[in-house]
Amino acid sequence: MSDNVAIGFVLVGVIFDLLGCLGLIRLPDVYNRLQAATKSVTLGTCMILFGIFLEFGFTSGGIKALICALFILFTSPTAAHALARGSHVSGFKLWEGSVMDKLEEDKSKEDKGE
Amino acid sequence: MKNRITQFIVFFIFWLALTWPFNLQDVCAGALVSLIAIGLTRDLFPEEMVKFLNPVRVLWAILYFVYLIHYIIIANFDVAYRVIHPALPIHPGIVRVKTSLKSEMARTMLANSITLTPGTLSVDMVGDNYYIHWINIFTDDPEKQRQIIISKFEWMLRRVFE
Repeated sequence: MSDNVAIGFVLVGVIFDLLGCLGLIRLPDVYNRLQAATKSVTLGTCMILFGIFLEFGFTSGGIKALICALFILFTSPTAAHALARGSHVSGFKLWEGSVMDKLEEDKSKEDKGE
Repeated sequence: MKNRITQFIVFFIFWLALTWPFNLQDVCAGALVSLIAIGLTRDLFPEEMVKFLNPVRVLWAILYFVYLIHYIIIANFDVAYRVIHPALPIHPGIVRVKTSLKSEMARTMLANSITLTPGTLSVDMVGDNYYIHWINIFTDDPEKQRQIIISKFEWMLRRVFE
């Protein structure tokens, strides 16, 4: 029973990871791609690791899988934030279909003010 | 001093989790290593962790974690819908929202939570303003944007950190 639940978690995790990769290919610019990649990969990978925890229980390996899941949950959004900020600072434009860019507006306002 | 004690507790629990299942030797070695690690990292450790000595805050932190996971799951179905849809229904852009949180750690957690919730990604922070990349902008009203993006977390983070 517990085996099946664990396999189910791993399977759903893999499906979410796959959707994240699909988003990485289909979406237009770096920011949209980061959105898909971060969300799906965070949940997908955490679910795979949680499945491993269910399979092995409170053993050495199971607890380490839980710790890894926790680390991914904290570090993956931070990494995405760093990448997005880096891209914007180094001048990557948003996709042409984008509605607004408040950050760019505020930056150019600051430049004119100086 | 309180800060050091919190640091010790965090390191010690982490060591015990890593060496699970532990025996007496592991516990003694862990206590020693934690003490050494405190000396090495005393500048890096966030001061605000002291607040977690209060059990009420720990309880709220756990509640927040559950609340966050609920939103992460919604976010993933949102991404799945947008990625699979043949017409790619996105109206992306960067919006500016103002936060009323003061504590540094709360702000960090809020930025992380924004990235993990449906359709939003925190790009930059200047002063009190977050710049957020939003995949589906359907309103131009800043107040409404603020409500949709961060109000759902702010009230809870205030209980955890402030």
